[in-house]
Amino acid sequence: MFTYYLDLALRSLKRNKALTALMVLAIALGIGASMTTLTVLHVLSGDPLPGKSAQLYYPQVDPQDIKGMQPNKEPPDQVTLIDGLNLLRAGRADHQALMSGGSVPLQPERSSLDPFYVEARYTSADFFAMFDAPFLYGHGWTAADGEAKAREVVIAKSLNDKLFGGADSVGRTLRMAGTSFRIVGVLDSWQPNPHFYDLNTGSYAYGEQVFLPLQTMLELRLDRNGSSDCWGNGGGGVGNILPSDTCVWLQFWVQLDSPVKAAAYEEFLVHYSQEQKALGRFQRAPNVRLRNVVQWLDYQRVVPNDVRLQTGLAFGFLLVCLVNTVGLMLAKFMRRSAELGVRRALGASRRALFAQLLIESGVIGLVGGIGGLLLAMFGLWLVRQRPSDYAALAHLDPSMLLATFVLAVCATLLAGLLPAWRACQIAPALQLKSN
Amino acid sequence: MQIRPILSALRKHRLATLLIALEIALACAVLCNACFLIANRLGMMKIHSGVNESSLAVIYLTGYDSSADIDVNARMLAGLRAIHGMQSVSVINTVPFGQQAGTVGITTDAAGQHYGAVVDIYNGGPGSTQALGLQLVAGQWPRADDYQALQGDFPTDARVLITRSLAEHLWPGADPLGKEFWCDKLHFRVIGVVEHLARARPASRGASAAEWSVFAPAQPGRFLSGTYLLRADPKDLPRVLHDAKAVVAKIAPDVVLDHENSQTLGDLRSTYFQTDRAMAGVLVGVIVALLGVTALGIVGLASFWVQQRRRQIGIRRAIGATRADILHYFQTENFLIVSFGIALGMVLAYALNLVLMTHYELPRLPLYYLPIGALALWALGQLAVLGPALRAAAVPPVVATRSA
Repeated sequence: MFTYYLDLALRSLKRNKALTALMVLAIALGIGASMTTLTVLHVLSGDPLPGKSAQLYYPQVDPQDIKGMQPNKEPPDQVTLIDGLNLLRAGRADHQALMSGGSVPLQPERSSLDPFYVEARYTSADFFAMFDAPFLYGHGWTAADGEAKAREVVIAKSLNDKLFGGADSVGRTLRMAGTSFRIVGVLDSWQPNPHFYDLNTGSYAYGEQVFLPLQTMLELRLDRNGSSDCWGNGGGGVGNILPSDTCVWLQFWVQLDSPVKAAAYEEFLVHYSQEQKALGRFQRAPNVRLRNVVQWLDYQRVVPNDVRLQTGLAFGFLLVCLVNTVGLMLAKFMRRSAELGVRRALGASRRALFAQLLIESGVIGLVGGIGGLLLAMFGLWLVRQRPSDYAALAHLDPSMLLATFVLAVCATLLAGLLPAWRACQIAPALQLKSN
Repeated sequence: MQIRPILSALRKHRLATLLIALEIALACAVLCNACFLIANRLGMMKIHSGVNESSLAVIYLTGYDSSADIDVNARMLAGLRAIHGMQSVSVINTVPFGQQAGTVGITTDAAGQHYGAVVDIYNGGPGSTQALGLQLVAGQWPRADDYQALQGDFPTDARVLITRSLAEHLWPGADPLGKEFWCDKLHFRVIGVVEHLARARPASRGASAAEWSVFAPAQPGRFLSGTYLLRADPKDLPRVLHDAKAVVAKIAPDVVLDHENSQTLGDLRSTYFQTDRAMAGVLVGVIVALLGVTALGIVGLASFWVQQRRRQIGIRRAIGATRADILHYFQTENFLIVSFGIALGMVLAYALNLVLMTHYELPRLPLYYLPIGALALWALGQLAVLGPALRAAAVPPVVATRSA
């Protein structure tokens, strides 16, 4: 029966080419626009470390003074150096890393290259294991080396390619900010999107090229960038001046392998806050948060507002296209009242007619879906030509490909329901008589 | 034209009429809000920077030790000033559309209780006010001895210029000259008011705060070095900037020149608004597609109705209706449906604006957008229905005599 209805549907669609083309075009435009924006949204709100992100948490404590305190206000987005080091050294999580971003001038040995700035991450030893950063050569520095302010550096693949032509550079020397560093490891291509562990430096398509121990950076007073929030008489510090103790400017991440451990860690944060209050450092009642990666990205509203707005607009447009299709399909189905009347009179049930008409709208949906897919691919190409930092990420993946067809067919079937139901309501006798 | 027969005919096609009206309503809501969004973006892009953009360029240097500040300034100023066609070189911390620097919260009392605003403080060396081309509207320019050496990011006690927009925000209706403000222990006294001076990232704190800027005179040296404001004739500017980059590479090969940000102010401005331009483009695309689809929907349904009513049209023609009558019939019918859609659409447009206001910090939709949107949709409807209506008018009376 299905193939027969399919045949009927194709015949009927062929009979009125202009109307069919109009419906397909409307669906294709709507689907194309929605899928373009939805894919961008999907890419931007993607999981930066699939499989791992659920175990990574971002602890927040509230070290601010009592001035300006409001109930239920969120604690600061970063930690102070003192709290960061305290929490790091407490070592209560499975892994933990304290970090900040910056940039350092790099003086290549090869004189053919001018000195240039590289983006740097100053962090602690657990960073690589915790974020599953893959090593091409060598390994990270040890916790002991980190505390000992070792002049050791891990470099990214792109920098290794640029400076050493991709060869194993472990053990070689890198001169940065006038200091010699020993390369201990080379990372393979690694760029979590969004750049979840520090959103201050740019959320997308951003990657550091060198990774140094935080203690080394503190000793050498390397340039840092990112944001710092201060209270009281705190000063944010510029260039190589560190922010004062009443500023939050570091990110602290922990890995907690089970929800039980996460609950225990949150309790630890409360205890820590109480302890610091007893010591007189904290003035506020314990105000802690422990968000995992997805919750953190959501809280930080990392997806650009423009992208959300465009997605909303595109779905508004799809809605207009669907209403349009409902109208056209209604016209098309009602026009075939006579034919449907004959089928009814010959004994076809309403259900059979309904199925036949729905198959016809399904075919329109499928063809519209193919058109929409082509338009979405074109749309994504247009997005990639744009200057935004996320432009290069806009590609269709298999799940979005499937979603395109599901959306197209479902939307069109939905649009077909009303006209099909209306067309099935006709009285067969009336139609036969008027003929 | 009698409306009553049209209405009773429409009552027979309640569902189709409702669908077209709904489509028009949705289109009206999206159209009004999309136009409003475009106007907002374009308005932001037209912002007055208050400086002479066409003849200014900026050079950003980094990567030298802070003890070298004075030496770098001296070498750069001498080297850059020697470039042929260079009108002036001055030291400043940043420029409009340049990198963010000097954004601080200020209070209007020494105790720090009365929050004033978050402003951008421009620290500029001697000659920078003339180079920028600021327009003084009240008070006086900083004197030579106002340019003091910095002990930190900002002067500790400075006599400053502020913009008219900031003055009106901080002291509405009052004379801002002589007024003071503080940032923790730093003290500022207003000696002059300039017409316009946009902050470094004008759109970062909302349209109303785009010009909350302060110009603080400062002596180049420690804490003020590495960013140079070049002024040249607009015709020479690209070449002067190019030469300047070559000079930097020659006289200070060890410092790092930030190529990406060392641009003419015109280029910096166009880079700064790139995403806004792209968004405006997307919105225009959505509007065009939306109107196109709506028009096609009207054409499709109207054609269907014309075909369905061929016999009735023939009868009307046979009993004396003119072609113009038939034409007007379909035009009026379309007008009624679209009007119904627009009435619904205005409510929807308003509701959509409320949603946008809560999520995207957008102002309220000005009411005049609604009649403009309505006019556009009426015109669209009439254009779309013209083809089918003309075909209807061409139906010969003889059709009435034929059986269907």
